[in-house]
Amino acid sequence: MRRMKNAPAAATAGPVSIWMIIFVMAPMIYVFVISFMTRDPYGGIEAKFTFENYTEMLQPLYLKVILKSFKLAFYTTVICLLVGYPMAYWIASKKPSTAAKMLMLVMIPYWTSSLVRLYSANLLAMPNGFLNTALLKLHIISEPLNLLYSDTMVLMGLLITCLPFSVLPLYSSIEKLDKSLIEASKDLGARPVQTFFKVIVPQTMPGIVGCIILVFIPALGMYYVPDVMGGGKVMLIGTLVKNQFLVTKNWPFGASMAILLILITLAILWIYTRFNKLEDLEVV
Amino acid sequence: MEAVNQTTGTRLSKRLRRQRAGRIWGNIFAIAVFTFIYIPIAMMVLFSFNDQRTNYYWNGFTFEWYKYLFTESDLWGYLVVSLIVAVASVILSLAVGVLGAMGLMRFEFKLKKLISNSLYIPIVIPEVVLGISLLMLFEVAHFPLGYWSMILAHTTFCIPFVVIIMRGRMAGMDMSVEEASMDLGANRITTFFKITLPMLVPGILSSAFMSFTLSIDDVIITNFVTGPYATTLPIKILSMVKVGLKPEVNAMTTVMVVVLILGILANSVVQAMLKKRASANKKTYF
Repeated sequence: MRRMKNAPAAATAGPVSIWMIIFVMAPMIYVFVISFMTRDPYGGIEAKFTFENYTEMLQPLYLKVILKSFKLAFYTTVICLLVGYPMAYWIASKKPSTAAKMLMLVMIPYWTSSLVRLYSANLLAMPNGFLNTALLKLHIISEPLNLLYSDTMVLMGLLITCLPFSVLPLYSSIEKLDKSLIEASKDLGARPVQTFFKVIVPQTMPGIVGCIILVFIPALGMYYVPDVMGGGKVMLIGTLVKNQFLVTKNWPFGASMAILLILITLAILWIYTRFNKLEDLEVV
Repeated sequence: MEAVNQTTGTRLSKRLRRQRAGRIWGNIFAIAVFTFIYIPIAMMVLFSFNDQRTNYYWNGFTFEWYKYLFTESDLWGYLVVSLIVAVASVILSLAVGVLGAMGLMRFEFKLKKLISNSLYIPIVIPEVVLGISLLMLFEVAHFPLGYWSMILAHTTFCIPFVVIIMRGRMAGMDMSVEEASMDLGANRITTFFKITLPMLVPGILSSAFMSFTLSIDDVIITNFVTGPYATTLPIKILSMVKVGLKPEVNAMTTVMVVVLILGILANSVVQAMLKKRASANKKTYF
């Protein structure tokens, strides 16, 4: 009898629970365990406990990669916020039918192969590409700029891939803004800057953190962006993790770096949940 | 009295002028952002007409690559793999996700909080981490890499989006009609198919669209779980990028963008027609 009472709950929530346990939680735990194991000479895993995979990350070579990843992901996030916020605000200020069209315009590139878009952006920066040709013709530069395969191009690539993601969460939280609070703030004599930082920013926090999560964290892991825009010269954490699994077959070391990425993600989420509910996060 | 009016007048016009200036700067800013987002796409379309074996610089205009795309190109096979994987993942993630959203909203059970929070894992952790963990899972389980490994992986990252979208829609819905249906003698299963499901159609459509777009363009996760006999279009393009893309690829993606835009336009026309018909119907009733 008790079983019959639980049947609807089991039939509806059962599949999703089992799926999340098998395909998300169990593998994550496995990655965590593997990160403390030793690699055997044949690229397999030996069940010998070690901290070496974590201490290896402190080698200057890897430390440099980690720091550069942070730097580029940080720049990407700041620029996405500085560009995405006013953009989202601008869209939200339009009437609903126009706003829907503008959002569509933001999203169309995101539905287009990101690899082809990145490669096409590279073509623009080629030594004999349109950008250099134009700058030479205008006598702004005397010889072609060597832009290709630089950190700047990787940053450009990250911006091209991430910008649409940043507008969406910001838009949905700006759209929910309680306009009467802004009016109240103005009526009570606050300057526009004060109103913005004291009223608008706190209210749109779920969107801002959503933007950080959709930009900063993927930027650390998007290995194809440095592959295409950096031509293999620029390495980020994501590239390092991918190589440990698909090229050099050092799974335990790759796993330890994956754990580092998970810890960074958890740290950002933890800070966010101090102020807001997880359910309010704007990520869809 | 008049003086007062005049000062408020100039203040008002100053405010209006400032507002208008703000609007103009806003538009200029938005155009700049759109330009930045669309330059790569413009380049992509332009270089699909490039007369060169591999795209490096502009070498002259040709239609050759479109001809090649529709006659000899082997890219279509990869697109078919992508479509099979995407459609299967959409169906699976909808089945699991829609039911799951209902279960998580209405019932209390052990582990509910854990499952509910775990849904955020695939959304927030870097994709590369989910990719390697799924690769490890398939290796440990001796599961062969191919269609099914890709479908299972894609379903895994689509389910959370389906659940979250559906949960949002269900929260704003009046579910008392369900109770009415059951009061009138329908059982739970009949009620689900006759009452609940039709109400959920808009949410299901937007979840399906979201899942499809996530699946069809995924590179990072698919790269880990793809097999030797089945590769999706993005992974094929990834392997080509290293040696330089042929204009053929640009032609292919251009065709896909055009189809997408036509689809969006067709959708908005249909929506407008439905709205018109709905308002016309209202007129006849009232």
